[in-house]
Amino acid sequence: MLYQDTVESEVLVHKPWFIAAMFAVVLAVFLMVNLTGTTFGELMRPVIGAPMQSGIYGRVAIAFVIAVMFCVNIVLIGFAPLKAQIGIVWIELLALFFSFFKAFNLSMPFIWENLPYLITQGVVTTIYVSAVSLICASLIAIIAAIAKLSSNGFAYAIANFYTSFFRGLPLLMQIYLIYLGLPQLGIVIDAVPSGILALSLCVGAYMTEIFRAGIQSIDRGQWEASRSMGFGFGLTMRRIILPQALPVIIPPMGNTFISMLKDSSLVSVLGVWELTFLARTLGQPTFHHMEMLITASLIYWIMSACLEVGQSRLERHFGRSKVR
Amino acid sequence: MTAINISQPEGGLDGGSPSGIGNVLHVQPLSSQESFSQQQVPMSADKIIEATNVSKWYGTFRALTDVNLTVRKGERIVICGPSGSGKSTLIRCFNRLEAHQEGEITVNGIRLHNKMRNVTEVRKNVGMVFQHFNLFPHMTVLMNCMAGPMWIKDVPEAEAKKTALKFLKRVRIPEQANKYPVQLSGGQQQRVAIARSLCMEPAVMLFDEPTSALDPEMVSEVLETMTSLARDGMTMVCVTHEMGFARAVADRVIFMDLGRIVEEGKPNDFFTNPQHDRTKLFLSQILRH
Repeated sequence: MLYQDTVESEVLVHKPWFIAAMFAVVLAVFLMVNLTGTTFGELMRPVIGAPMQSGIYGRVAIAFVIAVMFCVNIVLIGFAPLKAQIGIVWIELLALFFSFFKAFNLSMPFIWENLPYLITQGVVTTIYVSAVSLICASLIAIIAAIAKLSSNGFAYAIANFYTSFFRGLPLLMQIYLIYLGLPQLGIVIDAVPSGILALSLCVGAYMTEIFRAGIQSIDRGQWEASRSMGFGFGLTMRRIILPQALPVIIPPMGNTFISMLKDSSLVSVLGVWELTFLARTLGQPTFHHMEMLITASLIYWIMSACLEVGQSRLERHFGRSKVR
Repeated sequence: MTAINISQPEGGLDGGSPSGIGNVLHVQPLSSQESFSQQQVPMSADKIIEATNVSKWYGTFRALTDVNLTVRKGERIVICGPSGSGKSTLIRCFNRLEAHQEGEITVNGIRLHNKMRNVTEVRKNVGMVFQHFNLFPHMTVLMNCMAGPMWIKDVPEAEAKKTALKFLKRVRIPEQANKYPVQLSGGQQQRVAIARSLCMEPAVMLFDEPTSALDPEMVSEVLETMTSLARDGMTMVCVTHEMGFARAVADRVIFMDLGRIVEEGKPNDFFTNPQHDRTKLFLSQILRH
């Protein structure tokens, strides 16, 4: 959280002018959109009669009701304590989101029928590919970061070339190059390992920069103190510098991991049976594209959310020495 | 800060004290420690640090010019001088945080040079206290003190903890052992830093302006800790502007300017009867307020 001022701030959503403005905007928006033919119009039937015949009166009534509901909702949330506010807003957004998908008329039986296979095959493969890449990428990144900070010309040049190359090429190209290009040199790699290799190298290149920035953010005095006590380079790095760099490194690292989890879908072009590949192939024969794609999206979201939770746990763990 | 009455230790100033000095003296009178003051370190004592004709350049700038200095076991040396005179650079050469280019430095019998494989042996025996404390912020005070012995000297954890608590008690903050450095005041942090160095049981302690970053009120608590260390016979090389401390504790005061040692002498002679004009100017500047 930002460092808050001690002066109590006024609640914006309880100011009459703000409520009025909010009301006007929502009313205007829903006057422009015709909702008489939707579920909401059906709900309003007791007031406006047959929705389709209600004409301009129906539209105004619907917009008015929505605007009132919206404003009351916001004002009420304004009274709640911070944690409750966060929870309520989250749940409301989620409900809106699902009601939006409900309009797609998805075939639920089809989803339930294919979900187990999507998880046992697709999710497992995705997690396997991502997790292995994650570990490899971290190892590559830390070595490359140290190389980039070293005074050794060879190490620096190699690391610099590596980050430049793998950050500069689209991940899709890297995957093709490794899977289709390496066999030209006589090295044949299976689809899954080449996918992992491409992901590790690409993500490792991004993470190199994150690690380098993190290590550089640590005060020189820490190096001097460690050195004056006789700590060697490895010990200083492992016990003094990295633990202090981690709080700086973790947020961007969480970012990279989440985006890598989703980038692992690119491996589907190699025919690896991971989540995206299965979602496409299972939906195709019966034209249930949307069902599978939405299900897969939700699964990706859940997996990312798990990573987010892990990230915030780690942040809390490494932030404990900052508490005054 | 109010003036503190200084009662000179035995054999102290013979009445020639400039009246303005009192203001910068933070050290309590040492009248109860007669045995401590001005005890001569015999010339036969082991040489802990020996620097001969040391020169150092930063690029084309010559930071040290032909510095000669011998520190014997049990000796307490204060180095002072205007900023940029090379005092910090000199003591940072003693544990090779900086490299010198010419001359020789021998610490505890080990010669420091460019190609040395293992500076650890030297650094293990040389404690250093920094101006900005440089405690490890991610570790508790206790862990800060235990880390060195455990990681470098392979001392078992229980023993390291005992030693750490002993030295934390020595600097009078055993109750803060489980806090993190940010939770402590500047003076407390600096005392932890001193305890951390002591835990390595060094042969010599280097102090690099240990009180310059502290509030006036906290200076005295750190100086008292250092004085009590000196009383126990610790070999010390101290870069400081605390002239009261120098006068009360030092065996020798060294004045540096432009990378050279301009003058050195016993504190009494140094303060009452400086030989060089540069020293006189410096002392008049620093003692004026």
